Amino acid sequence: MIPLLGISTQALFGQLLLGLINGAFYALLSLGLAVIFGMLNIINFAHGALYMVGAFCAYFLLNLLGLNYWFALIISPLVVGLLGIIIERTMLQRLAGLDHLYGLLLTFGLALIIQGVFQNYFGSSGLPYAIPRELTGGTNLGFMFLPNYRGWVIIFSLIVCLATWFMIEKTRLGAYLRAATENPALVRAFGINVPRMVTLTYGFGVALAALAGVLAAPINQVRPLMGADFIIVVFAVVVIGGMGSIMGSIVTGFMLGLIEGLTKVFYPEASNTVIFVIMAIVLLVRPAGLFGRTA
Amino acid sequence: MKTSVAIVALAAALAWAGSAAAQNKNVKIGSLSDQSSLYADIGGPGSTVAAQMAVEDSGMAAKGWKIEVIAADHQNKPDVGVSIVRQWFDVEKVDVVVDVPNSGVALAVNNVIKEKNKVFLNSGAGTSDLTNKACTPNTIHWTYDTYALANGTGNALTKGGGDTWFFLTADYAFGAALERDTTNAVTKAGGKVLGTVRHPLNSPDFSSFLLQAQNSKAKVIGLANAGGDTTNAVKQASEFGITQGGQTLAALLLFITDVHALGLNASQGLTFTETFYWDMNDGTRAFSKQSASRMKNGNMPTMVQAGVYSAVLHYLKALDALGSNPDDGAKVVAKMKEMPVDDAIFGKGNIREDGRNIHPAYLFQVKKPSESKGPWDYYITKATIPADQAFRPLSESECPLVKK
Repeated sequence: MIPLLGISTQALFGQLLLGLINGAFYALLSLGLAVIFGMLNIINFAHGALYMVGAFCAYFLLNLLGLNYWFALIISPLVVGLLGIIIERTMLQRLAGLDHLYGLLLTFGLALIIQGVFQNYFGSSGLPYAIPRELTGGTNLGFMFLPNYRGWVIIFSLIVCLATWFMIEKTRLGAYLRAATENPALVRAFGINVPRMVTLTYGFGVALAALAGVLAAPINQVRPLMGADFIIVVFAVVVIGGMGSIMGSIVTGFMLGLIEGLTKVFYPEASNTVIFVIMAIVLLVRPAGLFGRTA
Repeated sequence: MKTSVAIVALAAALAWAGSAAAQNKNVKIGSLSDQSSLYADIGGPGSTVAAQMAVEDSGMAAKGWKIEVIAADHQNKPDVGVSIVRQWFDVEKVDVVVDVPNSGVALAVNNVIKEKNKVFLNSGAGTSDLTNKACTPNTIHWTYDTYALANGTGNALTKGGGDTWFFLTADYAFGAALERDTTNAVTKAGGKVLGTVRHPLNSPDFSSFLLQAQNSKAKVIGLANAGGDTTNAVKQASEFGITQGGQTLAALLLFITDVHALGLNASQGLTFTETFYWDMNDGTRAFSKQSASRMKNGNMPTMVQAGVYSAVLHYLKALDALGSNPDDGAKVVAKMKEMPVDDAIFGKGNIREDGRNIHPAYLFQVKKPSESKGPWDYYITKATIPADQAFRPLSESECPLVKK
């Protein structure tokens, strides 16, 4: 055990791993935002609220229908994805072609309404959601005690992130999507239904948020404001990574989780602000973000 | 002749003005709280309901009083809180500010209330400074404070063998006060504090802080935080096997809504200090059931909300005794201190010269799921701390109002 900067390397490893786990949530959420921004040009402020709805959905499935965590992992993103599709078809679609600001205001308003409704009925301290039986307990890694559930979160979200990246960057469907963002009229001329694709993309993006919500439910309380606390940080992650960059948001998500984890050891008071400091620096040095392309 | 008419007219005018002042029976109560964030279930809408219940139960309306209750959200920001109370006093003509959880906001508002000579009945904030260095002739701290929590829990756990402590402290006035008061209680009982981490208010993830606490090998991990921060820390501590590893978790401030939110599985065995539990006697049960029936989420009242009820009730009794609203905060508070407190919530008590309301505190433990008969049946009373020992003795007071 060699001490480094006043703490043992063992403890440092533990902290880095915890940082990565938090980074997994940042990555999943910012990925959904990046997909939506990349394809729809909409800054989706309702993302945090839909993340919360995903967690509540898991809670209802368990307590009203008796469906456990594993069902929730599939059903909850589907339900929220469907909700997203309805939102896109009835509201967001009407804003296509307008300034970013309109989409931002609409989704921000939606977020406030959704959170307000949940808060009215469930208060602010939230509801309990237990860790699924298969993932309780933990493993002693030598340098720290890792709860099995956290291990699962990091592996599962990494798989989801990479699968999404692969789908968008390496498959034919992804190629259509990217082409449709560049020049929707031309892609339509090839007989591809662009509006439907856009609707499904929004549904997919918010389904990712719901998935993150289900993953977070056993760690945090299922609370109406769980998304509101998170979403600002996630936006900072997206800005640092570069708006709309898929790989950028994944890498930045994990990286900022690590940096935040280290801050919690060396100067815990600043752990909520460190990400914004980095954001400010990145915006000064590389306004398009670390992975963004300047238009 | 002319002069005598003028004198009579003047005397009549003065008498009229005097009687108008004597008949000022309008009162406006402002419930200032966190209405929407991590402390909203502790005070929030429940405190407004409690204030309204106190107004109804006081029977003042039948005696010709017109009492109105208004509420606002301070968002846990001292500057927002200060601008709300300034507007309340200048525009809305509010007479008394109640509740105000969040010590940072409470201390800021405390100054304005003194400056404007209004009344401050604090139930929600923890910091014991409100009746110590920051005491004013206009402020009464009703329900609990960090000294009482530290003294109750810190003392009991240290004497029970938990003689080394590590703190997870919310990084603002309340956390600092709670940590300071608990450290004093622990060292006085022969224990030692090994370290502390100051975390930002409203942190979603405590794993990193818990790991640092785990590595400290302290026997007791003291949570000097509240509300959503405490529930997250407790839940994640059970995930990281903190208690299975032999360390004791001490939630220094825990409310019944936190226990309800955590569920008994995650919170069983936690030991903590409070001054009120709904299921203590017929009086508390009757009040609590009425309050719960008026809450949208059906929550049982916390000690903060019960404190608002009790404080407003006593305030109105003092006004009744004065016969009218003198529009002089210090005068009303002096009257409140003079009258013994007696209600169904905290029983008999009194308000000290430093503004501290004195009543017993209780050391509670959260029941095991098997011991609970249903929702809200959560606490076992482990010990009663008598009123004269529950709070900071006047001999240790730094409050300038205390004559030594």
